[in-house]
Amino acid sequence: MNFEEHAAKPLLAAAGIATPSGELATSPEEAAAAARRLGLCIVKAQVPTGKRGKVGGIRPADTPEEAARAAQAILGMEIAGQRVERLLVEARAEIAREFYAAVLNDPASKGPMILFSAAGGMEIEELSEARPESLLRLPVDIRRGPERARLEDGLAALGLGERGTALADLLERLYGVYRENDAELVEINPLALTQAGDLLALDCKFTLDDSALSRRAELAARGTPEKLTDLEAEARELGLRFILLEGSVGVLANGAGLTMTTIDAVRHYGGEPANFLEIGGDAYVKATPALKLVLANPKVKSLLINFCGAVARTDVMTEGVLDAWDEIEPTLPVFFSIHGTGEEAAVAMLRERLGMEPFELMDDAVKAAVAAAR
Amino acid sequence: MIVRGGETVLIQGITGRQGSFWTGHMQAYGTRILGGVNPKKAGIEHCGVPVYGSAAEAARAGPIDASVLFIPPLGVKGAALDAIEAGIKKLVILTEHVPVQDVMYLLAAAREAGARVLGPNTAGAVTPGECFLGFMPAFNARVFQPGHVGVISRSGSLGTLVCLKLVEAGFGISAFIGIGGDPILGTTIREALVNLDRDGRSDSVVIVGEIGGAMEEEAAELVEKMDKPVVAFIAGAAAPPGKRMGHAGAIVLGNSGSYASKRGALEAAGAVVVDTPSGIASALRTRQTGM
Repeated sequence: MNFEEHAAKPLLAAAGIATPSGELATSPEEAAAAARRLGLCIVKAQVPTGKRGKVGGIRPADTPEEAARAAQAILGMEIAGQRVERLLVEARAEIAREFYAAVLNDPASKGPMILFSAAGGMEIEELSEARPESLLRLPVDIRRGPERARLEDGLAALGLGERGTALADLLERLYGVYRENDAELVEINPLALTQAGDLLALDCKFTLDDSALSRRAELAARGTPEKLTDLEAEARELGLRFILLEGSVGVLANGAGLTMTTIDAVRHYGGEPANFLEIGGDAYVKATPALKLVLANPKVKSLLINFCGAVARTDVMTEGVLDAWDEIEPTLPVFFSIHGTGEEAAVAMLRERLGMEPFELMDDAVKAAVAAAR
Repeated sequence: MIVRGGETVLIQGITGRQGSFWTGHMQAYGTRILGGVNPKKAGIEHCGVPVYGSAAEAARAGPIDASVLFIPPLGVKGAALDAIEAGIKKLVILTEHVPVQDVMYLLAAAREAGARVLGPNTAGAVTPGECFLGFMPAFNARVFQPGHVGVISRSGSLGTLVCLKLVEAGFGISAFIGIGGDPILGTTIREALVNLDRDGRSDSVVIVGEIGGAMEEEAAELVEKMDKPVVAFIAGAAAPPGKRMGHAGAIVLGNSGSYASKRGALEAAGAVVVDTPSGIASALRTRQTGM
C-alpha cells in the first residue's frame, strides 16, 4: 500500500528526521492561506506516485496569490491515472546540496538494503545507471540492524566524511522507520542539506507491505487504497483477486500462475481477455461468486474455464461453477479444460449437468473461446 | 532443494484442516513423517504420529531432516525459528501473505544455521516415486512419474500443468521444486537450478517463471554455463503493468520484471523459451536430440 507524501512524512518526523513545515490544502483559498503563514513555499500535488514534478504537479510560489494560482493549476490534474484532490503547501528551504536515501526490501540479498547517493533529485533507476559510483548500497542483517562503522565507511567512500556522523544518524533513523512500520520501501528523495547545514527531507515515499496490513491496521488507515473498479472492489470483499481487462473472453482459472498463463494464451491465439480472476489456494471453494463476477462484465462474449488442481480440487471448483450456471442460466458459450486433483469427478459432473466434455488440450479450449467471442 | 525418500519429516501445524489432509496424502505417498507440532495439543497422537509442543521437543525424540509449515501468516516467523534452532536443515513454508520482514528475518537465521528454505507461498517439492512435501498432487499418476526432467516453478497450479504435459509426452520428473510466488524467497530459481545441475538423476531442466522481480534474469547467468538443456515458460506476457497478478511477486514496475526482459535473458543464455505450456515437451525433445 502506497502513502501520499503528507501521510508518509509524519513517520519520518516521529523518528527524528526533520521535514519542512507544511499544510494540506484542497482549494486555492486554502493554499493561499497556508502560504501566508509559511512565506516562500512550494505547492505539491498529493498522489501516491513519483514523477509529479515532470508533469507540473510541483510548483514554487513566492506569494499567497502565486500559491492560489499554482493550486488552481494542479488541483484536478491527472497524474499517472490519479486525480489530484489534495495539495501539500510547504515552506521552501535554502538548499545547498541534495542527496538520495532509501531503505527497501532487496530480493537479491534477501534482506533490507540501505541506498544512499550524493546525487539527489534523480529517480533511483536513472541514478544507478548514470552515476553508479555515487551510490552506496549496504545490505543489512535484519536481526542486527545496520552496522555503524560500515555506514560511516560507505559515506566516507563517497567523499562525505565530514558529514558522516549526521548522515549515518539519519540513515539509522530511516532504517528505524522502515523496520518499525513494516515498510517495503521508505525513500527520501531529495534529502536536502540546507544553507544552514541541516538535513531536511523534502519528499518521502513510503510503501507498506500488503502482507503486514493485518498487524498495522492503524497505519494502513493513513495509506491510499488501490484504485479499484466496482467489480474489483466487490471481488476484494469476497477475498478474490479480480483485475478487469479490456477484452471479451471471460476467464476463470485457479492459481496465479495458471490464470496468468490462461490470459496469455487468449492473447497468443488472437483474442483479448476480459479479466484476470483466480480462485486458487483457499479461495477454490468460491467458484460460484467468482463466476458471477466474470459474468457481471457486459463485455464478456465467451467464457473460458481452466482448472488444474493441486491443492485446489477441480471437482469442488467445477461444482461451484455449475451451481452458478444453474442460478444465472447464462446464454453465452463456455469452454472447459480440467486436469489434476479431482479430475474424474469434475468431468463426470460436467457431463451430467451440462452435457459437455472438457477439452483435452488447454490450447484447444482457448482457441474455441477466442473464436466464439468474435 | 531436492527431498529424498529416506528423509525424516516434521509437520508444524499438523492438526489443522490442511495440515491433516495433506499429512495423510504425504504419508500414503511414502514421506517419512515422524511427528507434528501444535503447542496446544502436545502429547496427543494425530495422523498416527505424536504431536509435540515445539520443533525443539520433536527433535529431541529423534533426528529430523525437514519440516513442512502449515502455519498462519503471523505465526510463520516463530515456527520457522523454532525449527531452525532445533537443527532442522530443510524448511518448506507453504503459507501465503507472510509479512516480508518476517521472511527476511527467518531467512537470515536459516542462512546462519546452514538451513535451506523453500517458499514462502510454495506448493512444495516432489520427488516422484519417493516422497513429497507440501500440497502437490504427487499421487496423481498422470501428473507425476519418475524420470529425468527437473522442474522449477514459481506456481503450484501452473507447475502441475507443466508436469502433466511432460508426463503425457512420455517424460518423467526427477524433482519438482516449487519455489513460491513471493517477492523474497528462501530458494531462488538460480539456487534451485544449481541443485538440478548437480543432480545426477536430472538430465534436463524446465523453468516455469513469471513476470516480476529479476530471478529469471539471475538464473540466465547460470543457464549459460550449464550443459543440461533448459526449456522455459514465463507466465504473464499479457499482464497489465503495475498490477499484482495474484502472486505478491508477480508485478511489473517500470522496466523491472517485464516478460520481454526475462525471455530475452533466458534466450540469450541458450534456453528455449516457449509461448504456451503445451510447447514445453516438444521443445525439450528437440533440445535433447539436438545434443
